[in-house]
Amino acid sequence: MTTSRSDHDVVVVGAGPAGLAAAARAASAGLSVAVVDAGTRPGGQYWRQPSGAMLDDERFRQLHHDLGTYRMLSESLDRAISTGSVVHLAGHHAWTVGRDGEGFAVHAVDASASGSPGSATTVEREVRGRRLVLAPGAYDRQVPFPGWTLPGVLTAGGVQALLKGHGVVAGRRIVVAGTGPFLLPVAAGLAQAGAHVVGVHEAASPVAWVSHLPAVLRNATKLGEGLGYARTLARHRVPVRTRSVLVGAHGAESVEAVTVARADGKGGVAPGSEERIEADTLAVGWGFTPQLELPLALACATRVDVDGSLVCVVDDTQQSSVPDVYIAGEACGVGGAALAVVEGEIAGRAVAGTPVDDSLRRRRTALRRFAAAMHQAHPVPPGWMARLQEDTVVCRCEEVTTARLRAAVEEQGARDARAAKLLVRTGMGWCQGRVCGYATACLTARWTGTPYDPAVVATRPVAAPVSLGTLALTDSEER
Amino acid sequence: MREPATDVVVVGAGIVGAACAYYATRAGLSVTVIDRGAAGAGTTSRGEGNILVSDKGPGPELDLALLSRRLWLEVADDLGADRLELERKGGLVVATSPEAVGELHRFTAAQRSEGVDAAVVPPEALRDHEPHLAADLPGGVHYPQDLQVQPVVAAAALLGAARRLGARWEPGVEVTGVEHHAEAVSAVLAGGRRFPTRAVVNAAGTWGGEVATRLGGPVPVLPRRGFVLVTEPLPRVVRHKVYSADYVSNVASDDAGLETSAVIEGTQGGTVLIGASRERVGFDQSLSPTVVRRLAAQAVRLFPFLADVALMRVYRGFRPYCPDHLPVIGADRRVSGLFHACGHEGAGIGLAPATGLLVSQLLTGTAPALDPGPFEPTRFEEVT
Amino acid sequence: MTQEPQAPPGSTFTFDGRPVPFVDGQSVGAALTAVGVRSWRTTRFEGRPRGLFCGIGVCFDCLVVADGRPNHRACLLLATHGLAVTSQEGTGHDDLAI
Repeated sequence: MTTSRSDHDVVVVGAGPAGLAAAARAASAGLSVAVVDAGTRPGGQYWRQPSGAMLDDERFRQLHHDLGTYRMLSESLDRAISTGSVVHLAGHHAWTVGRDGEGFAVHAVDASASGSPGSATTVEREVRGRRLVLAPGAYDRQVPFPGWTLPGVLTAGGVQALLKGHGVVAGRRIVVAGTGPFLLPVAAGLAQAGAHVVGVHEAASPVAWVSHLPAVLRNATKLGEGLGYARTLARHRVPVRTRSVLVGAHGAESVEAVTVARADGKGGVAPGSEERIEADTLAVGWGFTPQLELPLALACATRVDVDGSLVCVVDDTQQSSVPDVYIAGEACGVGGAALAVVEGEIAGRAVAGTPVDDSLRRRRTALRRFAAAMHQAHPVPPGWMARLQEDTVVCRCEEVTTARLRAAVEEQGARDARAAKLLVRTGMGWCQGRVCGYATACLTARWTGTPYDPAVVATRPVAAPVSLGTLALTDSEER
Repeated sequence: MREPATDVVVVGAGIVGAACAYYATRAGLSVTVIDRGAAGAGTTSRGEGNILVSDKGPGPELDLALLSRRLWLEVADDLGADRLELERKGGLVVATSPEAVGELHRFTAAQRSEGVDAAVVPPEALRDHEPHLAADLPGGVHYPQDLQVQPVVAAAALLGAARRLGARWEPGVEVTGVEHHAEAVSAVLAGGRRFPTRAVVNAAGTWGGEVATRLGGPVPVLPRRGFVLVTEPLPRVVRHKVYSADYVSNVASDDAGLETSAVIEGTQGGTVLIGASRERVGFDQSLSPTVVRRLAAQAVRLFPFLADVALMRVYRGFRPYCPDHLPVIGADRRVSGLFHACGHEGAGIGLAPATGLLVSQLLTGTAPALDPGPFEPTRFEEVT
Repeated sequence: MTQEPQAPPGSTFTFDGRPVPFVDGQSVGAALTAVGVRSWRTTRFEGRPRGLFCGIGVCFDCLVVADGRPNHRACLLLATHGLAVTSQEGTGHDDLAI
């Protein structure tokens, strides 16, 4: 059991659409590349790959779209692996990244060796590169609501991962709710797999994107995708209701019902419009939160994007504020797989010194405009804050309630999310605020009257749990 | 807009500034507290909340620490121990080599003569105090007087008490300078505002050197970086603050390079905190995997069960240190109306109440509770 | 790169002593969901039931004990034949309490 070290021209972290594109491009330009990825197979969350027996099951294969691009990129990666120009470290969680001489070192633990973060037998790997491409991806953004800690409430992405990666339908009677274009493929996939999708409840107005028509029309493929999902849902008689806001989930030990209500157009719900729907499962998503642990460990500059997400600032070549650190995909602004592939392609060219042609740049611009239009059309309606009850849990890990968080502001004088966290432990549990960080930043801003600032609770120096025994073992080898 | 005049402006709302405000308001002074950020957001939020007498040998810092410990218990009586998350957990210092045992016992004997409670623990009794300790440790000393608070909660409680006594609290206001009238401070300039006052207290912690310069009375306060590892939540697994005997020599060391010694304790939140590292690298925030691994290895050496426990977070902080490792507390004889209360290195939580009390006594001209001479702010100036 | 054990058809792991079938490549969390088990953990303070939430390793709500070791994320833990999975209470480390 020894720590391994390796040196490469470039280390790519993440093997989703952006990371795959970057790695494939950099390798084809002749660079030696290491790909560090938490997944056991490349593809990330978007091209989440089923395995084993499920690979042969047509029902699950048809859930994946744009597989042509995936096949092209993964085959290109496989070729590079076979020639030795790419090393693929699958199942590796990067726990931190730092400067190392002239380059950088990614410190990762091989989760496939044991799986439990607390296991001392896990191996640590140090992967060094002159340049970095960080493509960490994103996860579902959540806001608290009464009943959201009940078993049977899952993130929309979690429901999708169960279906696409594991061939499992999350429940029997499923409500899909929240906002954003991602709700439709989730609901369509469930319906195709035979689940009873009771309804899709989209908080936004159906015509919200019309005011961004030029950006939308320039991305006809995306529009086509959306129509395809709508047709699938219609075929399975799944009602899709817009301006319908998730209000709460109910049940004793798990979800038994879900309440939705009509949006009032001002971020809240119309009084008396609440409707209770019998369901055993709720799939909920309010957009996505980029994973910024590694860029922030390197002190890469950030900004707040149109959708309220903290994202990294990158230049025309996807280079961050830190020279030789390139960032691609959702971490630069949530925009979906097609944009991630383009950004990864550009980053892969940039690290190799290959010119970036204008057509790629134009495509990136168009896709970014489309993403911005979608963000503007699908805001998180702020009424969720007013609907929290005193005992609604905000931080799921440390079980911090709304009342307790509010007391940190009103009684203990917290002026921002970080101060509140230090006082009442929101975001200090297992997930380190990945789930409640957005909500805590929104709530403290509202209660204190200070500007919304997600950056103050975004830093997570340990990007993935690692056992003290693993670290101690590396220490003994370092001496 | 004109700010109302107060007797004193405290710059910094960390634990020391909060304690200064607490004691000054109790002494009847009107107080304004300003901070460029939030309360307790600087070094206060980056440590374990130690109130230690165990790590200090005879001398002025131990005198200050013994006074301060008494005052913390008074504060707990005043505000409620749960409002500080105060725990009378006691310290357990363990030797990791046979040679260190003798040295530790000599150190302890000297402390006892100054009023420190210390009981030698033979090797076979160590695990009565801490059941999870490694079986092969050669001995230790138990210090029942060591305490712990949750430092951010405690700072908020002290500031809250001062505010109930009328203190004004102005977060997000950065000090830029002072105005003088008749060779004495007449106002503090901060955040584009003017706060009329006759006294200003520099309680800016690690940034105390910079603030002192802006206030016209430089003091040599510099950062000494430290990391604290935070584990996954656990049940109660460590009762005391447990540290290895070489911690004391590291604290007092003048070496600029990396020094680490195991310092381990549980928290009410369930996490176990693992320190302590010391490096002089300016304000470099970046995480050092080498330091993290070294701290992990030393912790596993003392508590083998930690090998199977996950690291979840790392705190990074900058201890404010002065060249002689003593804080600067008192009036600045170069600038009438300027007082300093910073440079406590890693002991600011423990020393905060005594510092606050001394400052309030100097502000009101009453007899100080102990001789502030050793902490004199201009002691580093060359004799001319 | 990673060698995955090939689970033959009919493979099972146990959950609190009961056999749970799974398909090769499934996570423990997915296999439990497939047989209708919604929760396998109780929280540290309130003792409330929790199971899958984010489903992709971010939220740590689906922690489970596997072969005696606590704090595995069920959504990431690959099901293997004969694995002994049990519900987790609180920190999963009550055995260490003093």
